[in-house]
Amino acid sequence: MAGWLAALVLIVPILAAGATTLAHGKPRLQAMLSVGGALILLALSVALLAVVLAQGMVVLQAGNWAAPFGITLAVDTLGAVMTVIAAVTAAACLAFSLGEIGEREQRAWFHPLMHVLMLGVCGAFVTGDLFNLYVWFEVMLIASFGLMAVGGTKAQIDGAVKYVALNLVATLMFLLAVAVIYGLTGTLNFADIARSVPSVANTGVLTAAATLLMAAFGMKAAVFPLFFWLPAAYHTPLVSVSAVFAGLLTKVGVYALIRAFTLLFPHDPGWTHTLLLWIAGLTMVTGVLGAAAQSEMRRILSWHIISQIGYMVMGLALATPLALVGSVFYLVHHIIVKANLFLIAGVAARLAGSMDLKRIGGLYRSAPWLGVLFFIPAFSLAGFPPLSGFWAKLVLVRAALEIGSWGIAAAALVTGLLTIFSMTKIWGEAFWKPHPEGDAAARPLAEAPATMLGPIAALAAGTVAIGLFAQPLYVVAERAARELLDPAAYVAAVLGTGR
Amino acid sequence: MELPLVLLVGLLTAVATWLMLSRNLIRLLLGFAVLGNAVNLAIFVAGRLTRDAPPLVPLDAETLSGAFANPLPQALVLTAIVIGFGLLAFALVLAWVAYERLGTIRTDAMRIAEPPEEKA
Repeated sequence: MAGWLAALVLIVPILAAGATTLAHGKPRLQAMLSVGGALILLALSVALLAVVLAQGMVVLQAGNWAAPFGITLAVDTLGAVMTVIAAVTAAACLAFSLGEIGEREQRAWFHPLMHVLMLGVCGAFVTGDLFNLYVWFEVMLIASFGLMAVGGTKAQIDGAVKYVALNLVATLMFLLAVAVIYGLTGTLNFADIARSVPSVANTGVLTAAATLLMAAFGMKAAVFPLFFWLPAAYHTPLVSVSAVFAGLLTKVGVYALIRAFTLLFPHDPGWTHTLLLWIAGLTMVTGVLGAAAQSEMRRILSWHIISQIGYMVMGLALATPLALVGSVFYLVHHIIVKANLFLIAGVAARLAGSMDLKRIGGLYRSAPWLGVLFFIPAFSLAGFPPLSGFWAKLVLVRAALEIGSWGIAAAALVTGLLTIFSMTKIWGEAFWKPHPEGDAAARPLAEAPATMLGPIAALAAGTVAIGLFAQPLYVVAERAARELLDPAAYVAAVLGTGR
Repeated sequence: MELPLVLLVGLLTAVATWLMLSRNLIRLLLGFAVLGNAVNLAIFVAGRLTRDAPPLVPLDAETLSGAFANPLPQALVLTAIVIGFGLLAFALVLAWVAYERLGTIRTDAMRIAEPPEEKA
């Protein structure tokens, strides 16, 4: 029975995509179906997490074909947590979109595409099969291509071309890695690959395949030096679309990296994890320096996504129990905070007239509460206590210091400091300085629809809650990390051996 | 039979790389199509080749016996072809829209979403 929950988090987005497609001519009904679908998905994913926490891994063999021959859905704590947080982001952004998108965007299949995107994201989190993961990545990709271009403006087309071109290459790298891994191990089931890897004689080719996989996932996750598609594209689509992208898409890449380098390829940490550590450090620093040079709100935030990805990869690269706790904690914290910052940037641009910091200002005078709402995720991103980002950074830096990785700890701390610089820049330019066209040009908060402010307030409350009551999330993250470091239990749960 | 296919994969990859280095968007997409075929062939070869032995269970038997071709790579390649076709179709339409709206298919002329260039 519990296995069906894993399938339901896929079935609900399919049904929602279908229902919103059928309701295409009726905008109000379509919007209601869309938000309703997202809320049902949220309820189901919470139920899935509860089951995973109570009973351990949920495994479903599709069509009752025993692993490794059929397609396996396998949800451990990390997968369940990611599904919940993805559903939260989707619900918030879809609610936000009610105030943002007009009939034109709605006619451009915004709602069905969103749910197809969620299908791909949830699929990637619950699957236990490498080729199946590839398929979910493609589902996610094709939906994101469509969403990228929903508005059809020149800038969106321009951003979409770069996004599409670079992601197509990553796709083929992933597929090639799948081919090589299949050739070496004769299987595509995660658990079965994990079981076969130690007995593969040709470790050189195996490591090459692992590195190819790292490049493919790294490009999705936007790590150094594969991130160029992200700042070229993420500031162009609708705000609700870019918030979902910013919150979720790169994190699916990080999730895949974590899965690959804890479960599948822990065989050569001297090469893979050292490489990951360098990537993590360089990603953090380049991201934050790139942000310092920008003056468009969403471009600044896009560069910060890259920088923050570095922290998550850092936890994976250090691979101690504490470091992985940090990575999982960071993933959850980051998705909420980053999606929220994009939404807030959207409201700020709506009230003040532009995303460009040089052309706006005066928001603190006209909309002081928006300032408060911005302050929470922005300083959480920079790692101020007692907000969620502080705990995430604390755990990671401590994990680095414990095993004497001074370099990466220093990079993490410096990046945190420079993040404050960017956040104060947005604060100073958008909120503090007077509006270049006079005070009247910055509108009061009351002019933003409640459907926009509600999700922002809810996500900000989540950030504060994680900050003040970090323990429950920490316990869950600890459990996820423990499972990640014990691939044998995953293998046993999926293949049904040894229990 | 493996060796010629492996060499073909190498050749296709080289051709695709050359095409994808072009600043012309259409050439880039052609490169993607060629590279897709190279990867599909790689999957096919990775599944080991067995000639003249289709994986069909004889009428009087319950299971396969002896040498038979691996049916899985064909299923994988088929999936990959369908997905690749979908992506390529979207990308070509996007290229067409980009040509209509932006008036160019040269990637280095597409700078609308970038910050304005510094004056030298």
